Amino acid sequence: MKNFSGKALFLDRSDINTDEIFPAKYLTEISKDALKPYLLEDLQLDGFHTKDIKGKNIIITRANFGCGSSREHAPWALESNGINLIIAESFARIFRQNMFNCGMLAVELPSQAIDHIFSLFADKETNIETDIEKNIFHITADGHKEDITFAISEFDLALVDAGGWVEYADTRY
Amino acid sequence: MGKTIAEKIFDSHLVDNPSGDIHVIRLDAVFCHEITTPGAINDLIVRGKDRVFDSTKIKAVIDHVTPAKDSKTAMQGKILREWALRHNIRDFFDIGRNGVCHAIFPEKGFVRPGYTVIMGDSHTCTHGAFGAFAAGVGTTDLEVGILKGVCAFHYPSTIKINISGQMPEGVYAKDVILSIIGRLSVNGATDKVIEFTGPVVDAMSMEARMTCCNMAIEAGATCGICCPDMTTVEYLWEFIKDEYTTKEEAVDAYKRLYPDPDAIYENIIEHDVSRLEPLVTFGYKPDHVKPVKEMGEIKIDQVYIGSCTNGRIEDLRVAAQVLKGEKISDSVRGILSPATPKVFSQAMEEGILKIFMDAGFCVTNPTCGACLGMSNGVLAEGEVCASTTNRNFNGRMGKGGMVHLMSPATAAATAITGYITNSNEFRD
Ligand code: SF4
Repeated sequence: MKNFSGKALFLDRSDINTDEIFPAKYLTEISKDALKPYLLEDLQLDGFHTKDIKGKNIIITRANFGCGSSREHAPWALESNGINLIIAESFARIFRQNMFNCGMLAVELPSQAIDHIFSLFADKETNIETDIEKNIFHITADGHKEDITFAISEFDLALVDAGGWVEYADTRY
Repeated sequence: MGKTIAEKIFDSHLVDNPSGDIHVIRLDAVFCHEITTPGAINDLIVRGKDRVFDSTKIKAVIDHVTPAKDSKTAMQGKILREWALRHNIRDFFDIGRNGVCHAIFPEKGFVRPGYTVIMGDSHTCTHGAFGAFAAGVGTTDLEVGILKGVCAFHYPSTIKINISGQMPEGVYAKDVILSIIGRLSVNGATDKVIEFTGPVVDAMSMEARMTCCNMAIEAGATCGICCPDMTTVEYLWEFIKDEYTTKEEAVDAYKRLYPDPDAIYENIIEHDVSRLEPLVTFGYKPDHVKPVKEMGEIKIDQVYIGSCTNGRIEDLRVAAQVLKGEKISDSVRGILSPATPKVFSQAMEEGILKIFMDAGFCVTNPTCGACLGMSNGVLAEGEVCASTTNRNFNGRMGKGGMVHLMSPATAAATAITGYITNSNEFRD
């Protein structure tokens, strides 16, 4: 299983599309490692710089993350930057499926919970410990501590356990 | 309990129900292009599983960047080409015979009512126009599709959109779907199927239905779907004529797919188009939609007519009607990319290409090209494009470029004046 804990990057916007996550002009790269430098290069978000990605392992964002193009280069570019977990109010279907298909996590929380996390932690160095057995995020930042529970379906968990959809499907079908 | 068309297709293709509402379904067709497939091919090779589940059900095309623009795109084409050869995938389309995937595959008869189809491309929803369940997927789903011929989905819930009214002059399928996306928002149909029904859809050509289904994903939908009828049968007849004695018989056979009268919908939306006006997008999301007349004077640098949304013969005919005898503005670069070789030659025979060229358009080969900002008309920073494509995301056609989505008629009128214009200004 991949690592789902670490430092959080807050992206305070809805409808972040896969062209922003990974621009089409780099789709000609074939190796996954080559994708690393281009993550979020075209993100339209005031105050965001791609250097903010360094050292982060988790993205927290708003609604409809990953809409648009089906490109799996988006999760691959995230993974090559050490980001295996996205927490959002909602995801576009293909992006969400791509994450689990790669054995990564895309977790939806209700909008109030996302608001709450943003208001308490967005301006701080935030760390998240993910307990996938108990379905709890332990969120901490200078003195603040918050436990948030999340739900993950049996099938999604099976994909994460197997390491992705190829491994899962290959043994079953 | 009654079922929707998507539910009927799922039930007849069920392979496994591993948990909850997850359905693993059998695939009738797996479509491939050179951008998202090489990753799947390379991964299969690394895993020692370079196999295909059924070479007759896999169709492949080089369409996104063709001819190759540099060594990297040439390599993507090479990987796909060699893979198709290695696995005896006969339906592989390379330059000279290639066209935009969602235009050429239907044209070849590869999509039939009741089929399940996946492709590593979000606009795969286009093929739902034939009464199929067709979904865009990522590379891993594509990889498993190629290897095993299955894919996993949530059991589909459906939004039914009943489209009625008299389409006003200058209003086309593109305006209808833009108005629906504006109404639903960019995630209003996430993880759902949109069933397009009603008298307006019944009267639409297959091309127009494909335009509607093509943009279902822009409201987040997994698939857009239309009920197969005589229009569908006429379009497919050369491919299905050995299976049925008459066209009526084919239509009857497809009726088994129709939603039951007591089918359960997530939502039923009545959408009257009688007062619809030509629409255009104004921002960076496909639901940022306004009537042309509310746009003010938006100056345009480039007009792009083509793509899987509006690069079909009907689209070219409509644009040519507007352009006939006119010249495009000196400040506009006009680019036409007919979506397939068949569309290209038809347009040539009908004198449409001449109209475009006389007006000052450049006619390119069939390709995705500028639609995703990879080749053939990438915008410079600060430039504005009037486009018949389907995405206006910031940077979609080139970093710092602005894209306004519109119908081919509006795009043609815009090319003439140099600013966003209602095509009715050029009608007698
Ligand atoms: S024409 Fe554009 S939207 Fe359609 S498949 Fe090609 S790149 Fe995608």
